[in-house]
Amino acid sequence: MIKIDHLIKRYGANYAVDDISFSVGEGEIVGFLGPNGAGKSTTMNILTGYLSATSGTVTVGGLDVLENPLEAKKLIGFLPEQPPLYLDMTVDEYLNFGYDLKNCTLNREKHLAEICEVVKITDVRKRVIRNLSKGYRQRVGIAQALIGNPKVIIFDEPTVGLDPKQIIEIRNLIRNLGRDHTVILSTHILQEVQAVCDRIVIINKGKIVADELTENITRAVESKRRFNVKIAGPQREVLAMLKSKPGIVYAEALAERDGDAYTYMIESEVGVDIRKNLFYTLAEKNWPMIGLEALGMSLEDIFITIVDTSEEKKKTRGRVSVEKKVAQSVMQSTAEKQSRTEEDKPDTEA
Amino acid sequence: MFAIYKKEMRSYFINAIGYVYIAVFLAISAFVCCFTTLQMQSYEVSLYFTIMICALVVLIPLLTMKLFSEERKLRTEQLLLTAPVTITGMVMAKFLAAFTMFAGTVLVSCINFYPLYKLADEARAADEYAEITSKLGPNTAIIVGNLVGVLLIGMAFISVGVFISALTENQLVAAVSTMAIILAMILVGALNSIIDNYVVRFIISWFSVLDRFANFGYGIFDFNALVYYLSISAVFVFLTIRVYEKRRWG
Repeated sequence: MIKIDHLIKRYGANYAVDDISFSVGEGEIVGFLGPNGAGKSTTMNILTGYLSATSGTVTVGGLDVLENPLEAKKLIGFLPEQPPLYLDMTVDEYLNFGYDLKNCTLNREKHLAEICEVVKITDVRKRVIRNLSKGYRQRVGIAQALIGNPKVIIFDEPTVGLDPKQIIEIRNLIRNLGRDHTVILSTHILQEVQAVCDRIVIINKGKIVADELTENITRAVESKRRFNVKIAGPQREVLAMLKSKPGIVYAEALAERDGDAYTYMIESEVGVDIRKNLFYTLAEKNWPMIGLEALGMSLEDIFITIVDTSEEKKKTRGRVSVEKKVAQSVMQSTAEKQSRTEEDKPDTEA
Repeated sequence: MFAIYKKEMRSYFINAIGYVYIAVFLAISAFVCCFTTLQMQSYEVSLYFTIMICALVVLIPLLTMKLFSEERKLRTEQLLLTAPVTITGMVMAKFLAAFTMFAGTVLVSCINFYPLYKLADEARAADEYAEITSKLGPNTAIIVGNLVGVLLIGMAFISVGVFISALTENQLVAAVSTMAIILAMILVGALNSIIDNYVVRFIISWFSVLDRFANFGYGIFDFNALVYYLSISAVFVFLTIRVYEKRRWG
């Protein structure tokens, strides 16, 4: 549905987007992640024809956005970072304007009523946008993007400024849209991507650093386990035991102390549930385990590590952390995927 | 394109600006008309139109200042530029909306001439020597000629305002710059009386919008002037389109 090929956007000597290539299939929901200034919004603006690219091509539904802008834009509904609202209009007037602007041919009353129902703004339709709260304004912006039932919907940070209940509603909405639309959304809230997207594209400093299915990343995250264990017993011996125990790949004594109990952080091997085994071992040695806490490794950690690794700023501290491993595996698979598409290219051209 | 035109027209009438413009325009024109005709006991309207053209210095920026600058400030231009509308269509829609407002008020202000015709009728009715005085009264051809001229000058000024508005996101800056440029376009002709050099005078007179107006003032349809004013409008509308094109590529 969407194909971005070697896209470059340069401002002077500054590359906002530096040779990005990826494609999005029909009905896919893709999360576009990246720290501030990574080039997310720039990419989206090029995708929607608001900005032009320095080089590279963008096609939407087979239409080149630069060469055939009018037709391509008809396929796209766009919610920019700041919803483009005319504050002096009422919601109804605004949506009608959007309807006219997009040369929509669907039944006006019915279509607009449906959209308002979907984003839950029916009860504010007669109100002036200036007087609406941030959350409602955001929803009016989303409603605008849905006018004309476009095949591709692009949201730039759709849930900013919404309250938690609204955020969940909007996420459900996006997920529902994903059934018969192609959706790209940019965000820096990771749970959002995890909750909504089929695929995650992470971009940093204008380059794609990871492009992976959400479930693959989640699986990678879950396959390694990490715990904080509180064990009453002599610290040095306990640590030595933990380090030598099969199934544990890493153990570290933490500074925390509770009477004669010390806290240790351990990482188990992939696919091994170390907990029961550890309990019996400790019981045998008569070192009571008085606390066991599973440390979740969140997508946040992965994300930060991927971004850091891509910048190669932080040097690896002695050990390779689990995040790092996952990050590396994700990045590697992305690199492979991209090189594979590179290799494919001459074939298809030939 | 029509959607944007409609939106702009609506925006003039839901904000104070449209009403302020109409009120100021009609007030000035009524006052000037009284002053130049009734007060002076004359049916001659040329002075009225000349003063009205000078009044456009203040009036035109009211119409054009927010056309693009506000969209840019509120980021609503993103909606327009990502919609299936060409940049040319967008610029033309806004230009035409401003021109519609302008032409509308100019036509409404024609009501000012009614008292002149009425007075002329009464004077003729009261006069026994009707044959001699039958030519008494305002000259309709001159009025129409002046109206056409004013509409054309206004169109040229609006195109300047549209262009300036596209350059800045500050309405005030847009308004003041537009005023300055329109004022310069009107006053530049005055330099001709000081400068001796023929070439310089030729160039200046080319830029002087008032010089072209003279024939309309006599009720003569001047084709050269028509082309001249339309060209100015086209050039500035074109430049506005280029501003948007360039920003996309920036």
